[in-house]
Amino acid sequence: MSEKKTNRRDFLFTATYAVGAVGVGATVWPMIDQMNPDASVKALASTEVDVSSLTPGKTITVLWRGKPVFIRRRTEDEIADARSVKLDDLKDPEKDEDRAKNPEWLVMLGVCTHLGCVPLNDKGDYNGWFCPCHGSHYDTSGRIRKGPAPTNMEVPKYEFVNANTIKIG
Amino acid sequence: MKNFLRILSLIIVFLATPLSSHAAEKVEYLKTDWSFKGLFGKFDRGALQRGYQVYTEVCASCHSMKYLSYRNLSEKGGPEFTEQQAKAIAASFDVTDGPNSDGEMFTRPGKLSDKFVMPYENVKAAQAANGGAYPPDMSVLVKARGGGVDYIYSLLQGYEDPPAGITLDEGVHYNKYMYGNKIKMSNPLSDGLVEYSDGTNATVEQMSKDVTTFLMWTAEPHLETRHQMGFKAILYLIILTILVYFSMKRIWSRVETEV
Amino acid sequence: MSDHEYTPTSKAGKWFNDRLPLLTLANHLTDYPTPKNLNYWWTFGGILTFCLITQIVTGLTLAMHYIAHADMAFESVEHIMRDVNYGWLIRYIHANGASMFFLAVYIHIFRSLFYGSYKAPREIIWIIGIIIYLLMMAAAFMGYVLPWGQMSFWGATVITNLFSAIPLVGEGIVTWLWGGYSVDNPTLTRFFTLHYLIPFLILGLVVLHIWALHVPGNNNPVGIDVKKPSKDTVPFHPYIVIKDTFALLMFMIVFAFFVFYTPNILGHADNYIEADPLVTPAHIVPEWYLLPFYAILRSVPDKLLGVIAMLSAILILAALPWLDTSKIRSAVFRPLYKQFYWILVADVLILGYVGAMPAEGLYLLVARVATAYYFLHFLVILPVLGLKEKTLPIPLSITEPILGGTANLATAKNKESSIK
Repeated sequence: MSEKKTNRRDFLFTATYAVGAVGVGATVWPMIDQMNPDASVKALASTEVDVSSLTPGKTITVLWRGKPVFIRRRTEDEIADARSVKLDDLKDPEKDEDRAKNPEWLVMLGVCTHLGCVPLNDKGDYNGWFCPCHGSHYDTSGRIRKGPAPTNMEVPKYEFVNANTIKIG
Repeated sequence: MKNFLRILSLIIVFLATPLSSHAAEKVEYLKTDWSFKGLFGKFDRGALQRGYQVYTEVCASCHSMKYLSYRNLSEKGGPEFTEQQAKAIAASFDVTDGPNSDGEMFTRPGKLSDKFVMPYENVKAAQAANGGAYPPDMSVLVKARGGGVDYIYSLLQGYEDPPAGITLDEGVHYNKYMYGNKIKMSNPLSDGLVEYSDGTNATVEQMSKDVTTFLMWTAEPHLETRHQMGFKAILYLIILTILVYFSMKRIWSRVETEV
Repeated sequence: MSDHEYTPTSKAGKWFNDRLPLLTLANHLTDYPTPKNLNYWWTFGGILTFCLITQIVTGLTLAMHYIAHADMAFESVEHIMRDVNYGWLIRYIHANGASMFFLAVYIHIFRSLFYGSYKAPREIIWIIGIIIYLLMMAAAFMGYVLPWGQMSFWGATVITNLFSAIPLVGEGIVTWLWGGYSVDNPTLTRFFTLHYLIPFLILGLVVLHIWALHVPGNNNPVGIDVKKPSKDTVPFHPYIVIKDTFALLMFMIVFAFFVFYTPNILGHADNYIEADPLVTPAHIVPEWYLLPFYAILRSVPDKLLGVIAMLSAILILAALPWLDTSKIRSAVFRPLYKQFYWILVADVLILGYVGAMPAEGLYLLVARVATAYYFLHFLVILPVLGLKEKTLPIPLSITEPILGGTANLATAKNKESSIK
């Protein structure tokens, strides 16, 4: 009899605690989620860039989601350079053909994959980009060749809306 | 416990009286049944979509809606246009953007992320175009008026010839629900003013109801979520209260005192 | 603080506790002997703690999105209501939370008035409580300014102008408060700063309030001192914890109803109109919880005297332990005081009602009578009543129905020893 009583009490208390814990969790979530990107930030996910004025060998930097995006119209030499590298020589092997679908155009996030600085254009040992913060060298395809950065500069989702307009995101 | 609850409820009732008596001193508003009232109240999608049409075709020529974006039109709990429809609506407006690389502003078709295009550049321009009266922004208009939806609904149908003895200045109209009865806005609605694509007969009453529903949504875009979440939250609290009550009874049974 | 020494059982616990006696504190809080006859009016202390924490947490999260600038404040609030994840929920909890906070604090204060909890030896608890209440009003007022709606702007203008009633330096003080020649951006940013600061001051004072409470222990409905621990008391945990939780949950149901179903009913529609320095709303009213004091302010026809009357109405409470001359704490044993108590409750409610009405005609007359009675209650009725009233015999302990106890622990002890 007394055993049964204990069980029932345990069940009541356990149930109360469990239901209470669910409520605490449900209350905490909105306080955490409010720090995630809000609806207006998410809505600005794509941007269109007019690239008609870009001549070969020139780069423009545009802002997308608060980050710089490099759009470079590459010269024949640069393309040849980028495509001739053996994958074995790369720290983060990736074919240039996969990074630049249209070889003339390289579109990538201008953010060093080391700690997030913006690399400098036409600098470094590989004639691509050089990050002044901690000395990472990128080649003409934006791939990491030397220095502390672990991976290549990221290529965002983008498409040519027409011959002169690139839509990023 | 009984005493406690009795006194507490008396106090709450007393505190609530000044609130309700406020409404009582005003005129009686026209009543209609709003689908969004009540514990499970939801918007009528058809009314929201028709209301949007009335807003764009009638109100938007003077009244801005500056806190809304075109993306809101396809969001859950709103008029729920499809994303394609919302994109088409956005693209039908010219949005000023820029400056471009030449340092000049340019116009382009609207995008989902754009805010509703404003009818006037600024408040002064709006006043100048409307005989000195600024047509208020409509984003939160329903919440900014004491009578809420009933007031807006009545006002739209409250235009009358002024009673004898009241003279109106040029550009001022008589409305029996307006505070002070004098309103600068001319009667905006007339039967058949818009053509509803769903075949609803566009009477003044129907358009008033639709556009007021739409304005309720623009003021309170999360109303449906709020109602749904509220029901769950209160149900949950009641269950937990009952559990805690029995736990309390059990714990206090160890001492001989009534809880 | 505790009557008994506490030693943690584990070695690590002992090591830590010798250096920082947090475990002793925790043990004191859980074991804290509480009179077992506390009724539900005593649960509002816990409820108020919940309110304070809710306001701080929701306030911090709102501050992550709010922009304290005259041009952007209104828009940022709309941004919170529309775009921020759960922003509408957090803001409605914060806005209605202020009202719930005041509802609870008024019940807490009136409980204290009924059961004489402000009397010796609890005067310090009471005075700290009054300071907390003043800070709450300051925080609530400044918080109401932040959305930068019409009521925010004109409420700020009217309240800050109260200081202009001060002779000679008044105008200077008002300009200093504003940081300009009217309520404007500098006013908004400083109000935001202070609105952010005050809750933490309140939190610190709450710790002192509870500390001061734990020295003499709780008063109770019978109003006599209890021996601790004894069969008249129960340990705070689990007895009081579970009872407070139960009451808190019922409170939360009411709270949730406001938040989810009538979130704007306690606010004013004009505050959804962006602040306009050129147009004053037709009917300026403060939030409901300030209405009684607003009525007192308006009932005095002189500007300076009105402000003084309003401030005195609050500050007079701090002198209450000395104005009430009765040796008996609980109104249960003071039949006359009990009646005057309910008249005071009615008086304050009437003040609140006329505070919401226009200050004219009958309303003004009622406000004046009610204001006069308010001061009469504290300055005349209470001191005289304590000396003249015939009180009922009070019991020796809260568990035994033996009469003949006294309100004072020292004399109760003497009696006990003399019986022995």
